Amino acid sequence: MTASTRAVHDGLFRVDDDGSVHLLGGYSPSSGKHHFPLLPACPYTGTEDVEAVDLSDHGTLWGWTAVTAAPPGYEGEVPFGFGVVELPEGLRVITRLTESDPARLEFGMAMGLVVAPLHTDSDGNEVVTYAFEPAKDPE
Amino acid sequence: MTGVQITGIGLHPFGRFDAKTTTDMGVVAVQSALRDAGRPKFQAAFCATAYAGVASGHKVLGALGLTGVPIVDVEAGCASGGAALMLAAGAVRAGQYDTVLVFGIEKMPKGIIRSSFFEPWREEAGLAATPSYFALRAQRLMRESGITKQHLAQVVVKNRANGVDNPDAMFQKPTTVDDVLASRVVCEPLHLHMLCSPNEGAAAVVLQCDASSANGVTLAAAVLRSHLPGSVLGEATPMSGIDDSDITPPSALAANAAYEEAGIGANDLDVVECQDTDAARELLSYEELGLCAKGDQPRMVDDGTTARGGALPVNPSGGLLSKGEPLGASALGQVVELTTQLRGAAGARQVDGARTALAHTVGRGANAAVVILKT
Repeated sequence: MTASTRAVHDGLFRVDDDGSVHLLGGYSPSSGKHHFPLLPACPYTGTEDVEAVDLSDHGTLWGWTAVTAAPPGYEGEVPFGFGVVELPEGLRVITRLTESDPARLEFGMAMGLVVAPLHTDSDGNEVVTYAFEPAKDPE
Repeated sequence: MTGVQITGIGLHPFGRFDAKTTTDMGVVAVQSALRDAGRPKFQAAFCATAYAGVASGHKVLGALGLTGVPIVDVEAGCASGGAALMLAAGAVRAGQYDTVLVFGIEKMPKGIIRSSFFEPWREEAGLAATPSYFALRAQRLMRESGITKQHLAQVVVKNRANGVDNPDAMFQKPTTVDDVLASRVVCEPLHLHMLCSPNEGAAAVVLQCDASSANGVTLAAAVLRSHLPGSVLGEATPMSGIDDSDITPPSALAANAAYEEAGIGANDLDVVECQDTDAARELLSYEELGLCAKGDQPRMVDDGTTARGGALPVNPSGGLLSKGEPLGASALGQVVELTTQLRGAAGARQVDGARTALAHTVGRGANAAVVILKT
C-alpha cells in the first residue's frame, strides 16, 4: 500500500507486494472452526487455541442488498453493495460488494476478494477496505 | 411466577414531541401507572432506556418527589423494557420487594439509528447500516420460506389497519399493498414503509405480589436471553458466522424459557405483540416464537390468521410499524397494550376472549425478551 492509502482498520486484510489480497482470520484446531476478524478466543467454544490464518480469497454470494442512503459515520458514495459471502471454510463474512445493483447479483454466484476505496480522509489519505466482486467469467 | 401481578399501567403516546424531554414523557407514564394501581408505595424502581443518559430514571422520579428507593437504569437495546421487567419480577418473586415500579423512556435520534454498538471503523466502512442487516435477513427469509414482497406489504397493511384504532400510535392511517410497494426502496427488498420509525415515548407498569386488584393481570413469565454465537445475520451483528441451522436464535431461547416458566405452550396464546421493526422481522418472529412452523408464514399472512379477527391476532396495537419504536419504552408499551387487552378494555382494538398474551422484543446485543401475561 502506498503512503497515501490507509486501511479502514488494522487486522482485517493484507495486501502483498504482488498485489494479492488476503482476509485475516482465526482458526481454532480444537473446534475446527474459522472466524473473522481474528479474536483472542474461538467465538464458538471459548477455547484460546486460536491461530492467525489467511482465509480464502474467494467464495459464493450468500446475501446481498444495496445501501441507498449514507448510514451514520459513513462518508463514501451511495448506493453501495453490501452482503455476505460464504467462504470455502464454511465461514459467512459480512462485506461490501463492488456491485451496487441488486438485480445484477444472484445467490451462489462466485465472488472474489478485492480492495475497494471508501473515501479520502481529512489528511488526504485514500481510505480503503476489503470487498468482494463478482468473479470474472473465464473467457 | 404466580403471585406477581401487574396492577397499574401508564403510557405516554409514541411519536415525535419536539417540545418534550424524556423526563416529561416519563412523568406522564409513571403518574398514570401509579394512579391506575391506586397509588401504592413502591420499594424499588427500574427504568429502561438506551439513549436517555446518566441516571435518567432518577430525573423522572425526582420530578415527582418519589426518590429515596433504589432506582436502577437498565439498557438491553430493543428489549430494555423486558430486561427491566425481568429484574423487577425476580425481586418481587424472591420476596425482596412487594411493590416495584418499572418504566421505560426514550427520545430517539432522527434517521437511521446510530448505535455505539458498532466500532467507528465499521461505520466508516459502511458496515453499520441497520436497515441493510434487516434487508439481508428479509432476503434470506424470502428465499427459505417462500415469502414474497407482497407478503411483507400485507404485514404492514395489517398492522397499520390495527393502528387506526390506537390513539397512542404515531401512524393512525391505514395503508395499501400498492402504497407500501410504491414507497422508495431503502435496502432491497425492504421499502421505506416496511420499516418502523425510531421515535419517542414512555410506558410504565406497577408490579405487586399477591395483590387482589380487580384490574390485576398475572405476570406469568418475564425472560431475557442473549444470543448463541454463529448466526451472521443475528441481532448480535457479528462480522462473520457459520452454518446456523442448528443454532437456536435468542428469541426462541427466550420464548422457550418463558413458555416453561408460565407452564403454557404457544397453542395457549390468544394474542401476541411481537417485534416488527421491519415487516420481515414480524414473520421471522412467528417461527421463532413457535406460532408457526418454519415456512408456514405465507399461509398465516394469506389466510388472515394474525389479523385482529383471526385465530391468533399479532400486534393488535398496530405494532412498531404503527407506533414507532422508542427503544426503552417499546417492550413496556407492549405490556401496557396486552394488559389492556386482558382487562377487556382495549375498545375498538379488543381481541375477543383474550386471556393469555405474549410480548416479544429483540434487538442489538443480541437481547431478546419474552413476557407472558395471564388473567
